[in-house]
Amino acid sequence: MYEKDGDKYFVVDSHMHFWDASRENWVQGREQYAKGWIDCFYGYHQLAPPETHWDYEHYLRVSEEDLMKDVFEDGHVDRAIFQSTYLKYWYRDGFNTVEQNGSLLERHPDRFIVNGRFDPRDGEAGLRQLEEDARRWNLKGVKVYTAEWHENGSRGWKLTDPESYRFLEKCRELGIKNIHAHKGPTIWPLDKDAFSMEDVDRTATDFPDLNFVIEHAGIPRIDDFAYMAVQEPNVYAGLSVVIGAHMHARPKTFARFMGELLFWVGEDRMTFGSDYNIWTPKWQIEGFVDWQMPDDEAFSDYPRLTTATKKKILGLNAAKLYGIDVPAECRLPTSAGEQEQPGEQLLTEAAAAGSPA
Amino acid sequence: MNLRDAVRQALGTVLDPEIDEPITDLGFVASCTVSGDGVVTVRLRLPTFFCAPNFSFLMVADAYDAVSAVEGVTRAEVLLEDHHAAAEINRGIAAHAGFVETFAGEAAAELDELRRYFLEKAVVAGQDRVARPLVDAGAGPDELASLTLGSVPGSPALDRLRRRRTALGLPSDDGAPLLLHPDGNPVAAEQVPLHLRRARLTRLGMEANGELCTSILRTRYRGTLGTG
Repeated sequence: MYEKDGDKYFVVDSHMHFWDASRENWVQGREQYAKGWIDCFYGYHQLAPPETHWDYEHYLRVSEEDLMKDVFEDGHVDRAIFQSTYLKYWYRDGFNTVEQNGSLLERHPDRFIVNGRFDPRDGEAGLRQLEEDARRWNLKGVKVYTAEWHENGSRGWKLTDPESYRFLEKCRELGIKNIHAHKGPTIWPLDKDAFSMEDVDRTATDFPDLNFVIEHAGIPRIDDFAYMAVQEPNVYAGLSVVIGAHMHARPKTFARFMGELLFWVGEDRMTFGSDYNIWTPKWQIEGFVDWQMPDDEAFSDYPRLTTATKKKILGLNAAKLYGIDVPAECRLPTSAGEQEQPGEQLLTEAAAAGSPA
Repeated sequence: MNLRDAVRQALGTVLDPEIDEPITDLGFVASCTVSGDGVVTVRLRLPTFFCAPNFSFLMVADAYDAVSAVEGVTRAEVLLEDHHAAAEINRGIAAHAGFVETFAGEAAAELDELRRYFLEKAVVAGQDRVARPLVDAGAGPDELASLTLGSVPGSPALDRLRRRRTALGLPSDDGAPLLLHPDGNPVAAEQVPLHLRRARLTRLGMEANGELCTSILRTRYRGTLGTG
């Protein structure tokens, strides 16, 4: 829990990792990809305040003790959700698998939630694995990474692939409600835009009983994402990377991102994620609670953030998605009023005036 | 103009199709050498090892075409560095192969459609750049819907919008409406608020992507400034 100026924030870090990018885990002959991947993340790491930077060796792999300190002891987080990411094409034992993440859940059951994953290209074996993981780890969510390279040579897939629908139906059957999707940078076939949101749009319509949390709010397609999300009530904006890569490094851009997301998606469908181990949660949470839309004229028609807005984004929205019990002192009065989503109103007005949406 | 300057100028016309900015401004040109007998060697570098292969291919191919077309260039070589698909792309460009041939079995079509999709975004974002100062000065939906390209003050943003429209085959003359849907239809007064909201959102997406890419590139190649 984080407390500031008498307000108590229940914090759910809804997108984090416990990765192993150590050299011992690089697949022989594919070292350049394993190194390229983590170097790319290390570049993102530099966008945080300098005093939070780690050295490269530490970045490759942190210990369980480091994680517990960074996330819970120093980082104010109450509950953290692991988003399992495999990348076995170049990390031998996986980047952060359900098993790796699950080992921490077993030791700290009141701290973590483990999300599984699926890859439709794994076929029947993948379906069986998903069932097994769901039983073993009590899965409420999965992370799907559509740009993952596969041993069959494919460099990505779409949520709308027929095989993918079989897995989503299986999720439905297993009580897995939350689908966290991460797009790009590759997709098969390579001539298509790997960051495209079209498949999310259609899938969200076809599976109205599932929630689709789009990580990084679709960056670098935040425009496509926001305009899709305004029309799909079961689509959420995951703020991992939105805060981590911009709040410190690009404050004006961050303000615009927040303004647009509050306008189109609304404060009830935005969820905080630190994206640990890319960045630590402490500076992101403290900075976000202190943050406000600039007074500048250029930002005057963006919604401003209230304490309630921040409480929802930092934890209450994700707690609702995952059925996490929130202590009474951190809850909001239930008569919170209408959902704040001005963009929807603009669309309704335009439709009433006869213009195409 | 000497050959070296002409080559640099040519590289300045090559855009990152996703970001809609010249590769020279983005810092993607690592080096450019021109020999006495007109042989040009350009090395390109990108913000990450995993930048999308389709956009990467387009930039290398466009740079090759732009440099080859400069008068006095006898041979051009454009090489992508430090990228997961560098070997395939460099081989493909040198062999004058298209995208499908370069990534045989992995790509179903050339990249024209992808390029067009982003050019449409650029045309939408460009309308925000030109119209935003007018909105700030108090122009309302009726006035904005009736404005033409010739009736707004000249600016680099307006020139850029005209060029992108031309590339897309949309009207870019003085009499053309300032506000246009990407399909070429004019924007009616009652559509203006939503249209401008979307244009601002599109511009934000592209500009923020450009900012992120340059930040990451700077970190990746700290201390080496590149050229252009």
